[in-house]
Amino acid sequence: MNIHEYQGKELLRKYGVAVPNGKVAFTVDEAEAAAKELGSDVTVVKAQIHAGGRGKAGGVKLAKNLDDVRKYADEILGKTLVTHQTGPEGKEVKRLYIEEGSDIKKEYYLGVVLDRVSSRIVMMGSEEGGTEIEEVAEENPEKIFREYIDPAIGMQPYQARRMAFNMNIPTDLLKEAVKFMLGLSKVFIDNDCSIAEINPLVTTGDGKVMALDAKFNFDSNALYRQKEILDYRDLDEEDPKEIEASKYDLSYIALDGNIGCMVNGAGLAMATMDIIKHYSGDPANFLDVGGGATAEKVTEAFKIILEDDAVKGIYVNIFGGIMKCDIIADGVVEATKQTGLEIPLVVRLEGTNVEKGKEILEKSGLNITAADSMADGAQKIVSLVQ
Amino acid sequence: MSIYINQDTKVVVQGITGSTGLFHTQQALEYGTKIVGGVTPGKGGTEVEGVPVFNTLDDAVEATGATVSVIYVPPAFAADAIIEAVDADLDLAICITEGIPVLDMIKVKRFMEGKRTRLVGPNCPGVITPDECKIGIMPGYIHKKGHVGVVSRSGTLTYEAVDQLTKAGIGQSTAVGIGGDPVNGTSFTDVLQAFNDDPDTEAVIMIGEIGGTAEEEAAEWVKQNMTKPVVGFIGGATAPPGKRMGHAGAIISGGKGTAEEKIKTLNECGVQVAATPAEIGDTMINVLKERGLHEKCLTHEPQV
Repeated sequence: MNIHEYQGKELLRKYGVAVPNGKVAFTVDEAEAAAKELGSDVTVVKAQIHAGGRGKAGGVKLAKNLDDVRKYADEILGKTLVTHQTGPEGKEVKRLYIEEGSDIKKEYYLGVVLDRVSSRIVMMGSEEGGTEIEEVAEENPEKIFREYIDPAIGMQPYQARRMAFNMNIPTDLLKEAVKFMLGLSKVFIDNDCSIAEINPLVTTGDGKVMALDAKFNFDSNALYRQKEILDYRDLDEEDPKEIEASKYDLSYIALDGNIGCMVNGAGLAMATMDIIKHYSGDPANFLDVGGGATAEKVTEAFKIILEDDAVKGIYVNIFGGIMKCDIIADGVVEATKQTGLEIPLVVRLEGTNVEKGKEILEKSGLNITAADSMADGAQKIVSLVQ
Repeated sequence: MSIYINQDTKVVVQGITGSTGLFHTQQALEYGTKIVGGVTPGKGGTEVEGVPVFNTLDDAVEATGATVSVIYVPPAFAADAIIEAVDADLDLAICITEGIPVLDMIKVKRFMEGKRTRLVGPNCPGVITPDECKIGIMPGYIHKKGHVGVVSRSGTLTYEAVDQLTKAGIGQSTAVGIGGDPVNGTSFTDVLQAFNDDPDTEAVIMIGEIGGTAEEEAAEWVKQNMTKPVVGFIGGATAPPGKRMGHAGAIISGGKGTAEEKIKTLNECGVQVAATPAEIGDTMINVLKERGLHEKCLTHEPQV
């Protein structure tokens, strides 16, 4: 789960990590009031969407007076920002963050992520701030430094000092930098983050080490114990179909193609997309109905797939292990009736109770194309949607 | 022979009275697995399916001499269950549970340093040595005893591969699901090493997916050390970057972990990669024929 920059900064503040003063605003009036309260010479008006690259897309403006704040707030609110992370359809701005301007001396990068190889959390730092860390990794890998955090004792002050020296943060700001890093590592661990990225981290003319931006991502498996983080969830930023799917414990991800997929198991679901593509088709979604699917779940899955107008056919690919094929077949028949399905449907069933399942489909009298194998089904659905 | 488990393996089920634990205990008993005990705190002294239930894993191990546990405990309590298994000094703990917070697994891995217990999973289908011992949630009947090892990050995709092999008359020595989480107990390399040392395994199928670099590391190991042929498949070639594809570990981040990159490394290291998931079995059969191993691996009549 992602959160907004202003929420991330609120979280940082709680841990004593320095951030510029700022307030969230949902209207132009609120933006002006916030700027008035901040009373800084320069005010930054920042679009709040769950995607990077806002500045380049015109979502971050520097205002020198309150009129400017109103002007920019009016301009950005309701605007659809298209950045390299939003996709071509972009994202509509519904919230602004009004922040005091900072006297930036230098920009750095600081991030905390999971390192799968060592099974540890790692803090990465670089004096090449403001640009994408992937770019730095590509061009100047020697400028990225890493500190691995031992889960038994957390990040140690000497590690933070070493990181600060490696990043060439001025020695007179060492104390501030160490406080920042230790605070950030604690935010990560206490809140079950999966990414905590401060880009840029800045040093300022008045001797501060601050987070100018904050990008957080949280482990969705841990949200059950992070109620405060869950309150930060902004449903406007999520695909409505993905939200609907999660209510039924279905794992759904929208894609650009026209073949709807319903599969059991994440690995098989991915492989099903791959094989459709292999036969020159285009999957419309990733959908894993999971191990314990019921007829109701299958029906909901169908409804979600069909909400996508681009879908011209559906491929159901089931390898019933624990999940019995007759249950899936019942669900498919029920869903077909309920939704009044008019587009081609190809069903491949394999595994437990497969004969019973095939019989149910045949007897239903519905227009369902049966497939003998995963490849056969993929070929059939691809030719049917053409 | 086989790896990790066989007909003599004595198994304890952690979380035996929960609905998932109970269902799969019944299935395993039916398959012939020696389930000798179960653990549910507070239900010690009772019995389910003729299996004695204990309050603690220590009690269960002491009373039954079990060396392996399987964990069906809900995600919030699963890390604790794994640590209990490691503390009981078991040979092997297989964690089926899906949805354990990553930070819990990081702590578990730290605790396991220097301990001898092997963890398989979490978020995995389990381990099966056909006709001998089934520990986990895989459908037993699709497997046949034989000489091809299978290791995979995905459950249903493993069934798909096993089914293709079985239908082609090729039995399996052991099938191991290492799980779809970013932090897990046993790696591809660990399993490949075990298969390489197993005299009864002639070749191995390795099924990976997008995310992380575990497949690349395994491929390098194969190139340096493996004496037996390995066939691969990588799921998720068409997955969009930045999205988590069902499995917590299946995400392409910062351009890393793509299927393309993995397939390239596998090929370079001498692992033949099936072009589609429907061709995993055929790819293996071709390799077996090339190496003159096909006849040896043909364990039963192909089913057409």
